[in-house]
Amino acid sequence: MATFNLKINGKAHTVDVEEDTPLLWVLRDHLGLVGTKYSCGIAQCGACTVHLNGAAIFSCTMPISSVGSDEITTIEGLSEEGDHPVQKAWEEIDVAQCGYCQSGQIMNAAAFLKKNPSPSMEEIENAMNRNLCRCGTYHKIREAVAKAAKI
Amino acid sequence: MATRTKTNRRDFLKIAGTTAGGLFIGFNWLGCESPKMEVLSNEQVLSQAKNFNAYLSIAPSGDIVIYSPNPELGQNIKTSFPMVVAEELDADWNKVRVLQANLDTEKYDRQLTGGSGAMPHSWGRLRKAGATARYLLIAAAAKEWVVPSSEITTSEGMIYHKGSGKEASYGDMATAASMMEAPEDIKLKDPKDFKIIGTPVKNVDNAAIFTGKPLFGLDFYREGMKHAMIQRPPFGMKIKSVNDAGARNVKGVTDVFTFDNNVAIIGDSTWPLMKAKKLLKVEYEADGLVESSSDHDRLFREMLDSWKADERRRDGNVEMAFKNAAQVVTAEYQCPFLSHSPMEPMNFFAHVKENSAELIGPTQTPDRAASTAAQILGIPKENITVEITRLGGGFGRRLRADFVEEAVKVSKAINAPVKVTWSREDDITGGAYRPAVRYRFEAALDAKGDMVGYKLKGAGINTGNSTRQNNFPSGAVDNVLIESVNHESSITTNAWRAPITNFLAYAEQSFLDEVALVAKKDPVQFRLDLLEKAKANPVGGELSYNADRMIGVIKTVAEKSNWGKNPNVSQGFSVYFSHRTYVAQVADIEIENGAPVLKKITAATDCGMVINPTGANHQVRGGIVDGMGHAMYGNLTFENGLPTQTNFDKYRLIRMKEVPQVDVHYVASGYDPTGLGEPALPPTGGAVANAIFKATQRRLRSQPFIEQKEFQDINLEIRRG
Repeated sequence: MATFNLKINGKAHTVDVEEDTPLLWVLRDHLGLVGTKYSCGIAQCGACTVHLNGAAIFSCTMPISSVGSDEITTIEGLSEEGDHPVQKAWEEIDVAQCGYCQSGQIMNAAAFLKKNPSPSMEEIENAMNRNLCRCGTYHKIREAVAKAAKI
Repeated sequence: MATRTKTNRRDFLKIAGTTAGGLFIGFNWLGCESPKMEVLSNEQVLSQAKNFNAYLSIAPSGDIVIYSPNPELGQNIKTSFPMVVAEELDADWNKVRVLQANLDTEKYDRQLTGGSGAMPHSWGRLRKAGATARYLLIAAAAKEWVVPSSEITTSEGMIYHKGSGKEASYGDMATAASMMEAPEDIKLKDPKDFKIIGTPVKNVDNAAIFTGKPLFGLDFYREGMKHAMIQRPPFGMKIKSVNDAGARNVKGVTDVFTFDNNVAIIGDSTWPLMKAKKLLKVEYEADGLVESSSDHDRLFREMLDSWKADERRRDGNVEMAFKNAAQVVTAEYQCPFLSHSPMEPMNFFAHVKENSAELIGPTQTPDRAASTAAQILGIPKENITVEITRLGGGFGRRLRADFVEEAVKVSKAINAPVKVTWSREDDITGGAYRPAVRYRFEAALDAKGDMVGYKLKGAGINTGNSTRQNNFPSGAVDNVLIESVNHESSITTNAWRAPITNFLAYAEQSFLDEVALVAKKDPVQFRLDLLEKAKANPVGGELSYNADRMIGVIKTVAEKSNWGKNPNVSQGFSVYFSHRTYVAQVADIEIENGAPVLKKITAATDCGMVINPTGANHQVRGGIVDGMGHAMYGNLTFENGLPTQTNFDKYRLIRMKEVPQVDVHYVASGYDPTGLGEPALPPTGGAVANAIFKATQRRLRSQPFIEQKEFQDINLEIRRG
């Protein structure tokens, strides 16, 4: 076991876990931040997407020991009131079916739009292709990312 | 709400309405006035609300609480059910709060999600629940104002009497109304007066989903709860020996033990269990059939050629029809096993106590969860509570209670509350798949090219009846023979979104395309001719479908897709009736730079009345994406009782860039609403395969398409627009 001092959603957290524990499980099991989802555990589906210094990463394969002092943002910290442009667009387009993958989709979209504020549809699809949605909400996701870019 | 503790909600419900479908009033409880607050919490609202029936409470604040009994897994029932209640109530939708009801077999029947059956089952009940409460609110106002009920009107949660100028909110009248007796018969609204039904109401859980609130089973945590993961045996095998030394050495693992044919690893968090599971050394030995996919391929041949089949339907004289046929068309179609793979892997929480148990988690069948626990524990079912979380997908996998059984057994064994979590690998390898099936079709054509004989023989691995003998084209062909033959395998199978028809529709609609081609008929006109015959003079006994409604979706999709009008577009047609709903689809392929590009799928659906257009579009589009994804890529193969594909790196699911444009249309048939969770999926594989044939002359008779040799050099691209 080792102690890790983490910066998550602008707050300092200290956890005592094995150093190979993925960030995903630190968030879920140790910090109660369950908006970040477990689905594949091997960086294939994107349900666990969070921001590391603003970039979208798969938290399921990121050992806590390599996070260091980097800033983590989870879906819970994306906005104070749930009103980040991507969240607003997701509400407006009514994207979700089961909803399980959507926090990962939103986090990926938010990081992407920060890098590329006015993307083409092709760029949106290239960026969002790494997130699986088993319900097949892909049409609405691409529509919502395009919408968020305009908010 | 990081932990879900039960407040007084359950106690509150116990004194609420009584019978299943709950239209009975007669309860009087806690008449305290609401403090004047802008926004009340659910708990505050509930503590003041007057219960009208199993679905509906109204608080003096005017807040309306609607309970949604059926599990929500993305089919949007948690939004569409309350819409129906609120419609008949004439409620202000902005004041409606929706709560997931716990399992309550006294109040609700058919509290499950499966078979696209919730809306057709509950449509009348939900309308009555809302209409009865509205009636009582009017009656209470009439009594207080001393005016006739007939002069009172309602709108958006307000009650008006024009003559006296009096008005009141539903909240004002809730207490008085809840104490009045409900009428036997209740007049329902004329659908033309609907204000909520038919409008795009947003998913009631959006805010929670989009901000990452705990909603799903896997999000449930409770102080003192243990975590468990389980090593399950390959199919057809049992444990020979277990060496758990390595697993026990992992920090955070508190116990390892064997139960049934499983090894349970217990700990205080999830990650140590995942590590420990990899260090478990379990030897297995055969305990039945240990099968590989090559065995199934051989079995299919034997089953179709020589096993005794069950006759499912026989009309006319099939032998004579084939003997006298001008032409006979024959083809076989095969599909593999599929995993359900909902994004949220299986999981469940159980807390077994001395003479009771508390179950919490994602299940499509809460009643089965309770029965299973009662049976295992030998205690009355009434002593078991089931709280239904939101389900991160289900697709039929969560109809089973195997994961509930495990949680109950583990909780009992360790005498503690426990959440059992399946890894993705557990979820894909842990069983209950869409069964593998092979179909043999034969069609007899007369000299005019009319189909006068039709034979279907289905061979399935744990499918039971792999046919739907009363579906089209039965009823439209004079001589029909439908048979099925089943192999009982150790590999577990289960309903998978649109059971049987998820593959049968593709096979049949591709085969009918082949027959139409031989008969030199347009594929759409070929179906229409058959349906006109089924309509005018249906052949044989029971038929499950309405020929007129099927004709309706075919004509609509032909019109909306410009069927046959554009010589540069290769179109594939498919139509299917399943789960009470009719869906026709046309897939469009265009050749660009020498390569076929799948650009669009047009769908026409007759599900009767559309409750929520957004939700309906979601289900139709989602079903098409699902149907296309699995037809293209889905494949689960076996080697000695073990699935070869164990995670999404090898078990391929469709992604955003593999989805064409999908245009969705509805036929306003005027019927009561039917379900949409499943029916849009079955036709898709056929539409896509028929378009691929039209564009490339390659007939795809097996799934997944990408693994067929006919598909390899086609270089199909998928692009929108």
